Amino acid sequence: MSDMDLLLWARGPGLQIALAICIFGMLLKLFEIFSLGRKPDLSVARPGNAAAGWITIFSRSLPNRTLLKRTFPTYLMGYTFHIGFFVALLFFAPHIQLFRKTVGLGWPALPSQLVDGVSLLTIVALLLMLAYRLYHPVKRFLSTFDDYASWALTLAPLLSGYLAFHHLLLPYTLMLAVHILSVELLLVFMPFTKLVHTMSLFVSRWYNGDALGHKGARL
Amino acid sequence: MADENSLGAILRAQGVSRRGFLKFCSAMAALMALPPSMVPAIAAALDKALRPSVIWLSFQECTGCTESLTRSHTPTLEALIFDAISLDYHHTLQAASGEAAEAARAEAMKKFYGKYLLVVDGSIPTKDGGVYSTIAGMSNLDMLQEAAKGAAAIMAVGTCAAFGGIPHANPNPTGAVAVSDIIKDKPIINVSGCPPIPVVITGVLAHYLTFGTLPELDDLGRPKVFYGESIHDRCYRRPFYDQGKFAKTFDDEGARNGWCLFELGCKGPTTFNACATTKWNQGTSFPIESGHGCLGCSEPNFWDAGSFYQALSTPITPVGKAAAVAAAAGIVGGAAIAMHNRHVKGAAKSEHQTVTVKDLEK
Ligand code: SF4
Ligand code: SF4
Repeated sequence: MSDMDLLLWARGPGLQIALAICIFGMLLKLFEIFSLGRKPDLSVARPGNAAAGWITIFSRSLPNRTLLKRTFPTYLMGYTFHIGFFVALLFFAPHIQLFRKTVGLGWPALPSQLVDGVSLLTIVALLLMLAYRLYHPVKRFLSTFDDYASWALTLAPLLSGYLAFHHLLLPYTLMLAVHILSVELLLVFMPFTKLVHTMSLFVSRWYNGDALGHKGARL
Repeated sequence: MADENSLGAILRAQGVSRRGFLKFCSAMAALMALPPSMVPAIAAALDKALRPSVIWLSFQECTGCTESLTRSHTPTLEALIFDAISLDYHHTLQAASGEAAEAARAEAMKKFYGKYLLVVDGSIPTKDGGVYSTIAGMSNLDMLQEAAKGAAAIMAVGTCAAFGGIPHANPNPTGAVAVSDIIKDKPIINVSGCPPIPVVITGVLAHYLTFGTLPELDDLGRPKVFYGESIHDRCYRRPFYDQGKFAKTFDDEGARNGWCLFELGCKGPTTFNACATTKWNQGTSFPIESGHGCLGCSEPNFWDAGSFYQALSTPITPVGKAAAVAAAAGIVGGAAIAMHNRHVKGAAKSEHQTVTVKDLEK
């Protein structure tokens, strides 16, 4: 199999399979969660907290002051890589072409050099995060295989994309194939690892916020 | 004084000046990425090189490769080099036809056994015993096998001979394959392109004549000197790619400003060829310079690599159907799990026994 054959497989059947597994897995999870329903809450709702669920979706994205002081590196690197990942994913011209082709939506791209810089920062943040996880005794104790797998699955597309863009390590065609395959791997495992949070995040935040609001907690 | 059959003697007889010859040698040295100090050595070797016998077989092809070779450079030295080699058999170019032509091939094969260079353009049909393309009643497959036996080396010219090309494209009705799929025991050099750049063909020949060997090949059997860098690596529109400036249509503002053609389907980043450096039509320009993206013609299976006008980062097969089926399956599966969970919960509830403090104290 030549590099080109691998690239063609990744752009054809590979993508179809990965996307199908991802959609299947995500819907399986979400539908299962939704169709379980909620326990009837017989207490009277506290007043003034009607939008608590919706507010929580956003408010939980803001740093918590106490935690910020205690685990500053986690916050800093966490923000860096989440924002960086989305900038690279959504604002690199070739990626926008992909969205245009698959979902029919497109938007202006950022200059490639900017995306490149952000990607590098993101990779560094991810590497530091791993180092911190290994260095910190509590974090290390709490870490499971899922954590490390999720980390690797997130880093792989960023790293291979960066290497491909700069024509490093492997011939470009092969690196591009590796990059696309790494994204496909991410799609395949997303519903079955912690990465499922990309979908369940907003649902669970709303759920928690609404429940707390109902009880009158200040959010 | 060199042999009167030598390349130098033949070129001189045809009125090619020493200066013109040296100019050609320098161009070849540059093309092959050799230092200028090599020019005299190349000149000396080429001058003395004897007319090598070349047998050119054309199989399932469109004659584009021969067109490329003969049209683009006539009447330059590159074309004369072809006059200077002893092209003993070439369907399109030879004067002889019918039995006389086949006799010429048989004679050359016998006389230069083990020494001739076999050039092949076109792919070889293998389905149904190879009946889809025959010459003088002989299948391409048989002719290739017969001619390959006495060849010193084989040059597969064009993407058809090198990788199967258009006859090999889906659904490949004739079972077309590349030369390297059939011949395993001879050195094969793939000079791909649809068609290949003429100076690349002559460059490989010049290398063969100068050094008596084939140049270093890449993993697809192509000479690294010509196919070592991608079109994208050497593209003059590259700064625009790096800045994220892309033409959106073939006649918009961006296109007029010479912006990158990636979004219009340019395959330059994954295509290895010399277009951006040697260019076409005696160095006039190359497709990207004329405003059209690279098709990737020197790469295997480029006909099946999705539309020529589709960006390299997009899927080559539509994903909608697979996604819809997966979505339906996900919902059904999710509902089934949910129902199962509810059942478990219900069963647990109905089997629930209230434990009182009294029970515990027992
Ligand atoms: S036009 Fe094609 S080869 Fe040139 S920079 Fe753009 S993508 Fe690369
Ligand atoms: S620019 Fe690309 S498509 Fe055009 S001739 Fe060169 S390799 Fe082939």
